[in-house]
Amino acid sequence: MLQFLVRRLLLLIPTLVGISLVAFFVIELPPGDYLTAHVANLAAGGDTIDQEQLEALRRQYGLDRPLVSRYFFWIGKFIRGDMGMSFEWNKPVNELIWERLALTFVISLATLLFTQIIGFIVGVYSATHQYSLFDYIATGLGFIGLGIPDFLIALVIMWYAFSKFGLSLSGLFSQQYQSAPWSWAKVVDMLGHLWLPMIILGTSGTAGMIRTMRANLLDELRKPYVTTARAKGLLERKLLFKYPVRVALNPFVSTIGWALPGLVSGSTIVSVVLSLPTTGPLLLRALMNQDMYLASSFLMMLSILTVIGTLLSDLLLAWVDPRIRMGGD
Amino acid sequence: MTDGVLVNELEEIAPGGGQDKVYVATQWQLMWWKFRRHKMAIVGGFILIGLYLITIFCEFLAPYDPHRYDVKFAYAQPQRVHFYGQNGLGLYAYGLVGHRDPESLRMVFEVDRSVEVPLRFLVQGDPYKLWGLIPGTLHLFGAASNDQVVFVLGADRLGRDLLSRLLVGTRVSMTIGLVGVLMSMVFGILIGGSSGYFSGVYDTVVQRIIEFIRSIPSIPLWMALSAAVPKDWPPVRVYFSITIILSFISWTGLARVVRGKFLSLREEDFVMSARLVGSSEFRIIVRHMVPSFLSHIIASLTLSIPGMILSETSLSFLGLGIRPPAISWGVLLQDAQNLRSVALAPWLLIPGIAVVLAVLAYNFLGDGLRDAADPYSR
Repeated sequence: MLQFLVRRLLLLIPTLVGISLVAFFVIELPPGDYLTAHVANLAAGGDTIDQEQLEALRRQYGLDRPLVSRYFFWIGKFIRGDMGMSFEWNKPVNELIWERLALTFVISLATLLFTQIIGFIVGVYSATHQYSLFDYIATGLGFIGLGIPDFLIALVIMWYAFSKFGLSLSGLFSQQYQSAPWSWAKVVDMLGHLWLPMIILGTSGTAGMIRTMRANLLDELRKPYVTTARAKGLLERKLLFKYPVRVALNPFVSTIGWALPGLVSGSTIVSVVLSLPTTGPLLLRALMNQDMYLASSFLMMLSILTVIGTLLSDLLLAWVDPRIRMGGD
Repeated sequence: MTDGVLVNELEEIAPGGGQDKVYVATQWQLMWWKFRRHKMAIVGGFILIGLYLITIFCEFLAPYDPHRYDVKFAYAQPQRVHFYGQNGLGLYAYGLVGHRDPESLRMVFEVDRSVEVPLRFLVQGDPYKLWGLIPGTLHLFGAASNDQVVFVLGADRLGRDLLSRLLVGTRVSMTIGLVGVLMSMVFGILIGGSSGYFSGVYDTVVQRIIEFIRSIPSIPLWMALSAAVPKDWPPVRVYFSITIILSFISWTGLARVVRGKFLSLREEDFVMSARLVGSSEFRIIVRHMVPSFLSHIIASLTLSIPGMILSETSLSFLGLGIRPPAISWGVLLQDAQNLRSVALAPWLLIPGIAVVLAVLAYNFLGDGLRDAADPYSR
């Protein structure tokens, strides 16, 4: 187990270096930089900025240096925990992103938990009651859940709540807590708002989980050992949970690895629609305005957290399944 | 599973039954028999044929030019088509009378039953160029005179006909998945295939690269890449940039499938015997290995198209993908981003139904193809 852990941790290093390169250079791809975008915005508003001032700003932000030296400048500070300044907000990136990153992960983890629990219960029930009415309904809903884009569900639910009940479901906090410092009451308030993004983000994931769980368990239930156990008179409930469910759970655990990046991705768009105070809306703005340190840091942090999440799920899988632990790869 | 059981099972799917038929059937015939039993896949297939017909003839099917606007009819509601009017049987829609609501200051439309707008099939209407080449003015249906507008699915904020825009948007949305998948197929088969065939260090490096690309959350990466597409590029170039961006991540999934197939097939007896009789490596790959996993490739390709359609829709919805004046379903849904306009004009969500329909149809078809790809399995 220790060897497995060490090898996985060593593999993280090249991955992280690669991610930092992608995060930085992708942001540098668009022609021009923040200042050209800024000047264009000013010009659109009928404003101008004189050339000398522009050059001074460019020097101040380090935009006049060559690309490679800017990368090392950025990554060197990044490792020490300084993510540079956001041009647009005129604030250190550090101040802007942590709370949003934390909220992104709270939402993603809550959704993951939701999909796993619902997927497990419905999947087991569907498999043990194959071809029952409930099974058909679950399968049908699952297919629809896979087909509808998350942001469309968000739009439809918001529209329905707004036109029928006059409710505005956007945001993650009630008005009075929006800019309030963190307190117990604010956490409770957030939990009250969390269910909507959780359900919206969870639909496609849950549908996938139900299908995986159902198919795995059905395969397992057909095996001779189940028949043997039943012939020996084992209680049906005990028979189900003692072996088949545990074996079927295995691929289920491994899905956490890819479900997490998917959720982080998906929450980006849903957050824009629901105007949640997570990374999504801010990343979108930063990308549009070429606010590069902010955008790069977001991309980098989201990727790092995803990589760590995947690592944790691999470790979990290795812990559950000795074949992986022993086999090494 | 023994041969006897296998043949018995295959007999069930063969038309008319009978062992003889199964024994002489080709691989593709067995697949077709199996596929035919998957009812939902057949339905999905027909829906897709319909959607691609719309894609081909969208200019002719659309009653109006999708860019024709009339601000007088901003957010006009969908008009119902009636079959029986004052002059007897025929297609009619009642006219709309707009007036400004004194309180909210926005246009409110009422149905004016005294005005009947006759609808005709094959009418002369707005000029268009089919596929950008063949000029024409004939439309499948529309108001008898082109001055009158009938909004079957309502109008958007500029008073443009949503039905026409939806039909024309089908072209971009339905082809972007195909083009993107073709591109990922080339990468996936080349890189995945070579990685599975040669193995060793090369294989390890390719696998690490694939793992690395997959570890970056896709939508933020897509957003960053599409934000890099210059704003002043012409629509066609933007279209191809977006497909390249979409296939940048999705080839990895396909490469894995191909590699897995290559690894398992390499050990098969028929590859060994081909090698023993002196076939060249190239001949073994092209003549023996590729045909035996081609069906799997087609199935996984089909299953990766809906993801692409959804991604294009999401990106365009955020304003990062296809940009107006080009039209795609995502561009149309962008109008629905604002809760107030959706509350005012719920029909703006209709393009979403088209997205769901296309995605489900592809999923069903892909499921059926995947099951049929291996006719010997249960």
